[in-house]
Amino acid sequence: MFIATLRLLAAQTYTSSPYFRFRTLYLPARIAPLAVTAYTATCAAGHGSEAIARALETRRGGLTDNTFSTQPLECKIGRIESLEQIVLPDALARFDSRNHRLAWLGLNQDGFLDRAHALRERVGAARIALVLGTSTSSIGETERAYRELDAQGRFRADQRRSEVHQPHALGLFVQHALGLSGPCLTIATACSSSAKVFASAERLLRTGLADAVVVGGVDTLCDSVLFGFNSLELVSRQACRPFDANRSGLSLGEAAGFAILERMPQSGKVEKAAKLLIGCGESSDAHHMSAPHPQGAGAERALDDALARAGIRADQVDYINLHGTASRQNDEVEAALIARRFPAATRASSTKGWTGHTLGAAGILEAAISLIALERGLAPGLLTTRDLDPVCGPQIRIDNAEADLRIALSNSFGFGGNNCCLAFARADAL
Amino acid sequence: MSATLELAIEGVGVRAPGMPDWASAREVFNGARALSAEPLVRPAPALLAANERRRAPESVLLALAVAEEACAMARRAPRDLPNVFASSYGDLAINDYLCAVLARAPFELSPTKFHNSVHNAPAGYWTIASGCMASSTALSAGPATFANGMLEAATLAAAEGVPVLFAAFDVAAAGPLADVVACDQPFGAGFVLAPPSTAGVARLRLSVHDRAVAESVPLPAALEALRGRNPAAAALPLLNALASGAAAGFDFALHGDKDLPPSALHLEISF
Repeated sequence: MFIATLRLLAAQTYTSSPYFRFRTLYLPARIAPLAVTAYTATCAAGHGSEAIARALETRRGGLTDNTFSTQPLECKIGRIESLEQIVLPDALARFDSRNHRLAWLGLNQDGFLDRAHALRERVGAARIALVLGTSTSSIGETERAYRELDAQGRFRADQRRSEVHQPHALGLFVQHALGLSGPCLTIATACSSSAKVFASAERLLRTGLADAVVVGGVDTLCDSVLFGFNSLELVSRQACRPFDANRSGLSLGEAAGFAILERMPQSGKVEKAAKLLIGCGESSDAHHMSAPHPQGAGAERALDDALARAGIRADQVDYINLHGTASRQNDEVEAALIARRFPAATRASSTKGWTGHTLGAAGILEAAISLIALERGLAPGLLTTRDLDPVCGPQIRIDNAEADLRIALSNSFGFGGNNCCLAFARADAL
Repeated sequence: MSATLELAIEGVGVRAPGMPDWASAREVFNGARALSAEPLVRPAPALLAANERRRAPESVLLALAVAEEACAMARRAPRDLPNVFASSYGDLAINDYLCAVLARAPFELSPTKFHNSVHNAPAGYWTIASGCMASSTALSAGPATFANGMLEAATLAAAEGVPVLFAAFDVAAAGPLADVVACDQPFGAGFVLAPPSTAGVARLRLSVHDRAVAESVPLPAALEALRGRNPAAAALPLLNALASGAAAGFDFALHGDKDLPPSALHLEISF
């Protein structure tokens, strides 16, 4: 069985790359595609998939001046303005935090809440797993509790809420909101968190431990990330310009997104326009806590695994939503990877010029954008980029394009050298 | 109703107060030695160079120590194993530092402390130190972190047919957060799970059920007390059974939400 699940890598894929020496000797076996039966996303560029699609089409971004941090920090942020006004329903009030307000706002877009409730009725609460991703969860609320300590240096009574001050707060909140009782976990691998939820979900479905999985991710702006990324000198003073020759760092943002994954019906029959998760690849750089592997070895390994699980070649990929943070190093390494592995016909872009880098929510947000791209035949370009870095190949384009897109990839890379690549397809692509 | 995964446990590692490694933990479980109240000495994983050990956060040292011990027992090279690091709270001392500095002087935040504050810092240090390029995951699941971490690791091992490293750990809370989270002792447990084979410490069967956790045989009082002081100490019944060498089955709650129907991860081990 051990051998049967692995297959020898195709030699020609590797000899074309100067980096083959870093690669694994084996590639994973092809997986059965999964149906993405619902999805939604909310970010500074729009609430819900329709609004995000419109923002992409009309090239209207969501980055604004930072007036959010508790002390002035000159930068642009992808802030969702309405969060301050949101009041959680009484049954969820004890979970109140900026992150959970955004989670609630996100669950209420695209009819997702109703879809999740219908799924629960159909499949059963205990047979649905919940796998979410976040990098900072509700730490913004913990920061607030520290700013408002009582005279004895303790949390005020109204902040002694263990269900908020922990990494899994997001999982606890969404589980309660959706009434799901199966396995429930929060993946926190920095900026790859809510991409990896798809890989975990795929395994839970493949092994039969769940019959459906609600995946998602939520991350909100907080002092930790604004001053943290600033301390690493990674925050741009201007709106981030992914893959620009003169890029000067990232713009932070916030987002929520959710999706439902289910096995394909036994008949194998789905609508032509149905959207599928066809592959995923996860890897580690084994290089540095906060800098990417200089040759992109980990990113390439995640790509190889995603292509192998999908059973596709690189030249079948129509669009790639790149990690593209606009940090000097990430974009250089990622652009080189795309240039050496994909034909000129594959379109690639980072949509962070619209949304900012939404950290632990970037995986699910950009998965949703990839699905929007497939659904509408819209390949977004780069919103804020003026002069492409010469390291970019012909795949990375500034302008949007209308095209028949059938297969899309989404890249997410996080601190600790944690990489994930997802592959989605329209059902008629297979 | 639910599928059952069949795996082998190939290696075990432990770090806890009174149990500085698996050999001494076995003596405690088997009654050869009482659980002493000695605090856990700062773990010193061999994978890290001396200067890295001095600088590394406690959560990283704890996680790497149990991971390393489990891999050594399994005779598996750390670099070859996909890995799952599960912790309810992450590094509570770093969180305390981060929130305290942000409240006082946010521009003084240390960049190293910031990148060490990510939940996957132990996973990152582990893959960097061992040269591991396989998949690496860090997760949390509140009071059910051990159960959901075990499920994630077992699912990975069964789905991909490869051995997987699983570490569950939490360090003691520090600062004002200590009043809010139930964690005042360090505890770490590591396991190598693998496709079934005749080798290994024990056979493991794992399934998911929509039922309340069945009553299990209580642990000795000192161990029972430790279980309430760290979410990762949920591993104690499994470790106890592995030490005794007698077949056993037990349930772990998959969530702690009392307003929702219960669900349980059921584990059976045999030898």
